[in-house]
Parts: sequence; structure tokens; C-alpha cells
Amino acid sequence: MTHALLGLELAYWQQTIIRVLAGVTAILLLTGGVVYLYLFKFVSFMQSRLGPMEAGPYGSLQLLAEVGKWLQKEDVFTENSDRFIFGLAPAIVLASTFLMFVVIPAGPNAVIADLGTGIYYVLAMSSLSVLGILIAGWASANKYALMGALRAGGQLIAYELPLVLAVIGVVIAAGSLNLQDIVAAQSEGEIFGWGGIGNPYVLTQFVAFGIFMIAVQAELAQTPFDMPVAESELVAGYMVEYTGIRFLVYFISEFATAVGFAAVASTLFLGGWALPASWGISDGAMHVIGPIVIATKAVLLVGVVFWTRFSFPRFREDQLQRLAWKFLIPIALANILVTAVLKVAF
Amino acid sequence: MSLLAAASATTTFDVPANVVFAVLAVGMVTAAIRVVTTKNIVHAALWLVVVLGGNGIVYLLLQAEFVAMTQFLVYLGAIIVLFLFGIMLTRAPLGRSDDLDNNQRPLGVLVGVVLLAVVGFSLARQWGRDTLSFAAYQGGGAAGGNGRTQALANSIFGEYLIPFEVVSVLLLAALIGAIVLARRD
Repeated sequence: MTHALLGLELAYWQQTIIRVLAGVTAILLLTGGVVYLYLFKFVSFMQSRLGPMEAGPYGSLQLLAEVGKWLQKEDVFTENSDRFIFGLAPAIVLASTFLMFVVIPAGPNAVIADLGTGIYYVLAMSSLSVLGILIAGWASANKYALMGALRAGGQLIAYELPLVLAVIGVVIAAGSLNLQDIVAAQSEGEIFGWGGIGNPYVLTQFVAFGIFMIAVQAELAQTPFDMPVAESELVAGYMVEYTGIRFLVYFISEFATAVGFAAVASTLFLGGWALPASWGISDGAMHVIGPIVIATKAVLLVGVVFWTRFSFPRFREDQLQRLAWKFLIPIALANILVTAVLKVAF
Repeated sequence: MSLLAAASATTTFDVPANVVFAVLAVGMVTAAIRVVTTKNIVHAALWLVVVLGGNGIVYLLLQAEFVAMTQFLVYLGAIIVLFLFGIMLTRAPLGRSDDLDNNQRPLGVLVGVVLLAVVGFSLARQWGRDTLSFAAYQGGGAAGGNGRTQALANSIFGEYLIPFEVVSVLLLAALIGAIVLARRD
């Protein structure tokens, strides 16, 4: 079997089609799994209820029922809305989400495109979603939507800085922007000469890891950072006029982005798809084990995000901005300084 | 692997890259004209997104990955967003607004022609007879991308260190100036 697969010679375009199809399937499966696991069941158990139980065993097909429901809803525009922009906005958000996954590796060769500037590309693509959110709020011709979009714009810009600055610590430690290099550096790393568990950067870059996860929570606009969609103040923020399939697109991209950021965090801080190099597992086996390892890590990290979401009340707008500008950014800068000094010293 | 690694690695004239550039150039010029002719200020900002995004793709075609990502992160993800943010905080009517034009068109044409002449002359003088060897830029794999990023870093923090620092100080001064103007206490 393995030899037959290794003997297969595929042209670049054939490889690309296979990679893209496999990538999209993995994203949708993980996103659906995360929605069922956390949004339907985890929160239900936290609130002492069962959650969906009717569709499929333990409600496991509930998501398909929900998708069916959204697909058959009427496509509503408000009278004054800018229709083209209104329709374009969810597409921009979805594109930004899916483009993020292009460089995240799930095995020695399981990556859609192994760009040299990997992590920088992820940050650039994830920053595009705010464009879609802003124009969605504007094109809805609704004041609640516009308020939500403005809040989202301010919040996403503010938390992009700690996100980028936290990543720089890892990039300095690994000496590369490429995600495969960062994975290899952690797999082959040693803790004072002992390579039993490699050297996942969560041990040395724990400050960056904390800042990264807080910033991710804010980038995803999950509670306690859900000012843009605060339901008691703005109904649903920038999404208030969206129904049916367009709302479904926002829903998918919200959870797919959560999976994406969790996968990036696992790659940067928890060792990614690789197991420690000292365990001596062959590349052939890692083609199979790698995707399972990274998917497990990513799903667990999404769990942390949703655990926080369901446990904390919402920040006020000024508290939210103060946290980013007065605490996270200075700490992230100090972390870069200390990392750079230690890198040069040792 | 670079985005365009599949393109021919032996010829110096890269046909796919040139076709993509031609399509992009037409799109970017059209979008640039729409930026100044559209009757809605938010649409103008969105046409600007097309121009700046196309610019980023041109950098990708030239295998300058890091510059392209910076273009996406800074211009599309931050500057345009701040434009839209500012427009929406002050005045962003839906539909046509007819007061977007003013009587400074001759001045605008003059500035455009001078800019074209200066940039065109300096480009032609510097690189007029050079032929770009695409093969040289299609080094394989992630190492190739990292190598180019390292070359960029070396020239910014080596040869061009002083201009880089001067620009940094200039931006810092502008930032402090903005804070001073905004704080009236």
C-alpha cells in the first residue's frame, strides 16, 4: 500500500487539487465537530441540560438539520441596503477564513502550500476578515449593524497587534517564519540536553502563548470580548440583517476561524503535527499520525476558547481597549526583547 | 514551495506570470480610475482595496513573498480598515452623493503627470536595459522563500539601516503629533 502510494507520480495541478479538497474536507469536518462538541454539548452540560438529543444518536446530526433550516430561509435585503456590498461581505469573511488554512501543516507533506513566510501569511489573511465585517455593517443600512461593525473594527485592529507581537517571540526562537521549520525546531529541540518531549515553545514562550490565546479570543469576538455582537445592546451587531445562507456563511467562518487559530496556536506553541524527534517515528508513520495529533491539539485548544466564552461576563468597551493597549502590547514587546536577548546570549 | 513554483524554471520569460500581470494591470488601472470617479465614498475605499490587493499580487509574481504579505497585512488589514472606520464614524451615506468632486482637477492632473514623469524616468534610468531572470528567483521550497526574506532583512538592517531608522522616527513623530492634536486637556 505504502509503496504503491510512494510510486505514484502526480503533476503539480493534480497534487494541488488533492491538497485543496483534502484541506476543505478537514476544515469542514473539524468545524462541524467543534460546533457539535462545544456549542451543542459542552455548554449544555455546563448548564445542566442535555442539549440536542433528537436528530441522530445523542443529537449528532443536529448540525445537518440546522444547515438545512438555514438553506431554505428567505434571502432578505433591507430596502436601503447596498445589495452588492451586502452580498460581498460574507464572501470576504469566508475567503479570509479558508485562506488562513493554506499554510498550516498537518504532516510531513500534508500542507496545501508550504510558503516560506508561513506564519506571516496566516496573520495577513486573518486580518482581511475585518474588511468584510466593516462593509457588512455599513451596507445593512441599520444603525445597530453600523455600531457593531465599528466596534468590531476597533477591537480587531487593537488585538491584531498583540497577536502579531506574540508570534514574533516564537519566530525569534525558531529562526524562521515557515511553519514546517517551526514544527521541526520544536520536535528536534532539547530541554537542557534532554530531548524526551522535544521543546514545545509553550515552555519557553508561555508569555507569548497567553497573549496569543487572549488575542485570539478577541479576534474571534467570543465572550468576554463579544462587544461587536453584544446581543443585549446591539441585537446581533453587524450580522443583524443577515438571514439564511449568508448568516450560515458567517456562522461557518466564525467556527472555522476558531479551528484555524487553534491549529496555528498548536503549531506555534505545542509542537504542531510532529512528535518529538527522539521517539524515532518514521516519516511514513507520521503521514498518518500527524493529522490526528494536530487535530487533537486544535480541538482541545478550541475547547479552551469556548470554556472561557461560556464562563465569563462581557468586558466594557473601554476596558477592552485598555487591556489591549496598556497591558498586552507592552508585555508582548517586553517578551520580544527578552527572547531576543536570550537568543543572542545562548 | 512558492505559490508559482510550478511555472517553468528554465525560461527567462515567464509566460503565466506575464499573462497574470497583464490581467492584473488592466484590473488595477480600471479600479484606480473608479476610485476617483465613483459617486460613493465607501465604494471608493473598496476600489482602493482592489488596487492595493493587486499590488500585493504583483509582489507575489515577483516572488517577493514577505513584501506581498506586508502589503496585505498593513494596507488591506489595517490602513483601508482605518479609512473605512474614519469614514463611517463621520459621514458614510448609502447611495450616490454628488458633492464628492471639487474644482481642483487641473492641479490633480498636474501632480499625476509630474509623478509619472519622475517615477518613470527613475525606473527607466535604473533598470531600463535589465532583463529579469525569473529562473533565478524560482529557488525551490520553503528554503527559497526564507532565503529571500533573509536577503530583504539583511538589506533593511544593513545597507538601508539609516533610511529605515529615519522613516521610523518620522512615523513616531507623526504618531506623537496625532496624540497631541487629539488630546485637548
